[in-house]
Amino acid sequence: MEISGAEIVTRCLQEEGVEFVFGYPGGAVLEIYDAIFKQDKFKHVLVRHEQGAVHAADGYSRSSQKVGVALVTSGPGATNAITGIATAYLDSIPMVVISGQVPTPAIGLDAFQEVDMVGITRPCVKHNILVKDVRDLAASMKKAFHIATTGRPGPVVIDIPKDVTIAKAEFHYPQSVSLRSYTPPSKGHPGQIKKAVNLLADAKRPLIYIGGGAVLSNASNQVTELVKMLGVPAVNTLMGLGAFSGSDPQNLGMLGMHGLYEANMAMQHADVVIAIGARFDDRVISSPSHFLSSPKKIVHIDIDPSSIAKRVKVDIPIVGNVRDVLDEMLGLLRQTGAKPAAEPLAAWWKQLQEWRSHDCLKFDLDSEIIKPQFVVQKLYEVTGGEAFITSDVGQHQMWAAQYYKFNKPRRWINSGGLGTMGFGLPSAMGVQLANPDATVACITGEASIQMNIQELSTCKQYHTPVKIINLNNRYLGMVRQWQEFFYGNRYSESYMDALPDFVKLAEAYGHVGMKIERPADVEPALREAMKLKERLVFMDFITDQKENVFPMVQNNRGLSQMDLPPHMRHLQTGTVAKERDYGNLS
Amino acid sequence: MRHILSILLENEAGALSRVVGLFSARGYNIDSLTVSTTEDPTLSRMTIVTSGSDDVIEQITKQLNKLIEVVKVIDLNESDHVERELMLIKVRATGKDREEMKRMADIFRGRILDVTEKTYTIELTGESSKLDAFIEAVDRTLILETVRTGASGIGRGERILKI
Repeated sequence: MEISGAEIVTRCLQEEGVEFVFGYPGGAVLEIYDAIFKQDKFKHVLVRHEQGAVHAADGYSRSSQKVGVALVTSGPGATNAITGIATAYLDSIPMVVISGQVPTPAIGLDAFQEVDMVGITRPCVKHNILVKDVRDLAASMKKAFHIATTGRPGPVVIDIPKDVTIAKAEFHYPQSVSLRSYTPPSKGHPGQIKKAVNLLADAKRPLIYIGGGAVLSNASNQVTELVKMLGVPAVNTLMGLGAFSGSDPQNLGMLGMHGLYEANMAMQHADVVIAIGARFDDRVISSPSHFLSSPKKIVHIDIDPSSIAKRVKVDIPIVGNVRDVLDEMLGLLRQTGAKPAAEPLAAWWKQLQEWRSHDCLKFDLDSEIIKPQFVVQKLYEVTGGEAFITSDVGQHQMWAAQYYKFNKPRRWINSGGLGTMGFGLPSAMGVQLANPDATVACITGEASIQMNIQELSTCKQYHTPVKIINLNNRYLGMVRQWQEFFYGNRYSESYMDALPDFVKLAEAYGHVGMKIERPADVEPALREAMKLKERLVFMDFITDQKENVFPMVQNNRGLSQMDLPPHMRHLQTGTVAKERDYGNLS
Repeated sequence: MRHILSILLENEAGALSRVVGLFSARGYNIDSLTVSTTEDPTLSRMTIVTSGSDDVIEQITKQLNKLIEVVKVIDLNESDHVERELMLIKVRATGKDREEMKRMADIFRGRILDVTEKTYTIELTGESSKLDAFIEAVDRTLILETVRTGASGIGRGERILKI
């Protein structure tokens, strides 16, 4: 029996086992919405802005290992989705975004709500498809899901003209798809893996460098086993947090621009670095030439060959799925008993412990103003480290990454690659829908939260009791920090004036609002909010305006050339040692 | 350094713009680009002449391979290959220049395709450097118009780019 293109779309989504579609209707997708109305296999979540739909699908995917699905109309619906799509692309999140398109005869005629979606998304998708014939629709949908989820994952856009949703065809959903031009690698090259094991066994100052690929390939167990078996230290990128327990003593923490002192020093001074699903990007190793100025051998495991040797030349590239490669590597290590020699490793640990002993995350606990770090620390304690944490972008994001110890993968949901302000709240909705019984907190700032604050309404409609931790310093904090450090305290347009009363705002949306102004009230307020299991609680923490994120590696500096927190200033070296006017906020 | 990349890709709408978009988005050079369908109508073959350090060429190759519709990429410079480009050049051919142009066309093994009282249109094929040499060899002021296809290349001997 022939069914309409719109029904084919909903049937395909059912076949894929989709639970939630995040979207917003409009002219070009009315047929699809009509088909959605007539089915009850999956739920539709009506967001308040298409960007929110894509971020919600993204958060849903990151926290559940499933594909996120968003549905938007043509023209402005499609362009509103772009930021979300680019966010998912930069962080390699499997997602299918269905966009409506004007009818095929109208394409190219500047029709009402027409935009060349395939053209406009080309640089920020893994792939995109314009379906011109209803008979290709089911196969194109299958292809979209296949491409989104295999290899290095990523968003796929499928653009469907309105006449294609009306036209009818027999429905046949292919069980599998094979593309001659797309054959993602799985297993790594055994010879390379063997070389990597030999290199590890000879290492004096080995380091495991864990990136987002370890999370995406669900390789947490393998990573943990590798680190424990060898007794070596590990560092994580912002995207890799949680792949290896944040409270394990062998974990030196996050490295990079705002990485921990011990993690950055370890990365700089290691003689053998095993990169696992990480890509040596600018926010992680800063200057490649400085990074390589201390001699080291690098093993790079990545599913995407183009990530290898992009910024840093490596000695042993291993192209493959991180989990499969590590399984093979662990097998070989078990079989041969290869291990780094005990004596140099002990000396390395001694050095690492010395670096760690400076406690670079120490901050003023006696402050009369709430320190933002303190809020994150208390949140960690109150939630027992078990919460899903989403974040926006800026200082609060870095403090969340530094002070919340992620002990499990997929608990830390943030826009690392694109750095999208406005990601936190909508992604938290997606996380909460994927994990209805879990505690989901969105750590944000008063600037970021306002970029998608309309989603408070969606949270009300779908009962997603997210806890919003608003670290309100009345500034675009990270912009302000850079202006303080590099622009002579000229705080150009970084002050957030005319802020709303967030408590009243939350209440207006039907939620609970709290304003917390004293350090002593932080923990009780958090406990009270967590008790309100069924409610969204907007917690407006009035925090120190002058607080900066330390350590900090300036652009193009070496990893070990950090700006350090006040209690460690005596360790600053080289050009960084130059006295700088820290913390002069008038 | 100059490299000639041969690319087999699905003959689908938008495939070409993906390749071109990749070059512009990542700041790679395209000196020339030719593309047409192959004997298998589902496949197109593209020849891109580009330049860059070995690291850049490696990245270009990897990035091209990442495009879903790209089936295969080879760098022809990695071994012996044949390269040809076609140029049509319209020149002024009057007075003593008329004979000179005919002679130049013969020396470069060109063919005169179209003749008017004042002009010749000459067809030339060869390596791109040969076409450059022809342009260098004739009096610039006599050149009225040129159109070049960009280089096409193929490996010598048994080396075959096929799926």
